[in-house]
Amino acid sequence: MQQPNSQPTSALMLRETASQTAGPYVHIGLALAAAGNPTRDEEIWNELAKPDADGEQIEVVGTVIDGNGDLIRDAFIEAWQADANGEYQPEFDLEKPFNSFGRTATTFDHGSEWSLKTIKPGSVAHPSGTPQAPHINLSIFARGINIQLQTRLYFDDETEANGKCPVLNRIESPTRRQTLIAKREEADGKVRYRFDIRVQGEGETVFFDF
Amino acid sequence: MSYQNKRFVERDRNWHPPGYAPGYKTSIARSPQQALMSMQKPTVSELSGPDFRKLRMGPHDNDLLLNFRQDQSPGLPVGERIVMFGRVVDQFGKPVPHTLVEMWQANAGGRYRHKNDNYLAPLDPNFGGVGRCLTDEHGWYRFRTIKPGPYPWPNDPNSWRPSHIHVSVMGPSISTRLITQMYFEGDPLIPLCPIVNTLKDAEAVETMIGRLDMAHSKPMDCLAYRFDLVVRGELQTYFENQ
Ligand SMILES: [Fe+3]
Repeated sequence: MQQPNSQPTSALMLRETASQTAGPYVHIGLALAAAGNPTRDEEIWNELAKPDADGEQIEVVGTVIDGNGDLIRDAFIEAWQADANGEYQPEFDLEKPFNSFGRTATTFDHGSEWSLKTIKPGSVAHPSGTPQAPHINLSIFARGINIQLQTRLYFDDETEANGKCPVLNRIESPTRRQTLIAKREEADGKVRYRFDIRVQGEGETVFFDF
Repeated sequence: MSYQNKRFVERDRNWHPPGYAPGYKTSIARSPQQALMSMQKPTVSELSGPDFRKLRMGPHDNDLLLNFRQDQSPGLPVGERIVMFGRVVDQFGKPVPHTLVEMWQANAGGRYRHKNDNYLAPLDPNFGGVGRCLTDEHGWYRFRTIKPGPYPWPNDPNSWRPSHIHVSVMGPSISTRLITQMYFEGDPLIPLCPIVNTLKDAEAVETMIGRLDMAHSKPMDCLAYRFDLVVRGELQTYFENQ
């Protein structure tokens, strides 16, 4: 049986440092390549998987759209995903063929897309015993976003796993569930999934609190 | 590693700024209208996170006085020399060792080295405005830099950002991920700022104030500002029969 824990009660707990928007210039701090500024020897960027990583090589692309239907061109996104076996690899090491963590950003170019080069994650364990369908956890930061928006990207060719996923199925509305499903497309012989994030309004993406 | 019994103190969303904060105009069209979907019982996906101990840092990554120095005509950035330092702890006061702290800022004139910043103030050829480091085994971090200048921005007809340094901290999990801004103690622009005022609670604003710390200043060299970061606490759960 679970015991009450012996840590201080909330009255004695420190308060979390408050969040503030990452602002319009987040790129100079966290996405130097996107800012067009000189990069350091090692940067955390959007290639999670090298060609020799285990698993199916994929590209994930998308836009971020505001409540007016306009592109958010200064969004910064962090990705966290399991490897092909469904295991997270906490140790970030650019020498390794695969890292669970990556970063990307939308751009001021025409299409204003973010992109990740990665492998398709495996199913991830869930305490219920029913695995979670393959997914990528995404956090979205931008000017005008006061605290990051957290979502999950699922894959449209994983119908069976998606149908059973205990987290996806917590979303009652099937229409809203669809906002988390990336669409597979093949481009230049490569597998690519498209995932447009709508932060507000029609087709608003489901965002999680955890 | 088993994440079954791991849990973080719930994030108090009334303490943080709400998504929709109309005084900060850009938030109006960039805030969700639907309620956030509570995960209820976070899984390994939320409870785990990256460890950056193997990320190779350059020798001056946390020294903004030197990390944009030009080979031709080397010089120092213009501005008040400061040390910004502090400790990353969790809500139980437990230090967070070896975690990635990143920061970025405007130069002394209030101008960012960013292609979209075209404020009148000039770029400083010796200042890039970005730093990063890992906390040490006791959770301490430290940057050497110059105090950034305030700058105007289009929100109200005459909105100014107080001097601030953007700060990013990972913590032990993606659940503890936090981006904030450090303001400077005593700055009269703080209470006027629409972004600061996205917070409803004056005490929450206090968590973002860097304090002048004369004991850590260096005579004839630089002042010191201390800024401790508090990330969500990890709850320990115990079981009777282990
Ligand atoms: Fe700023």
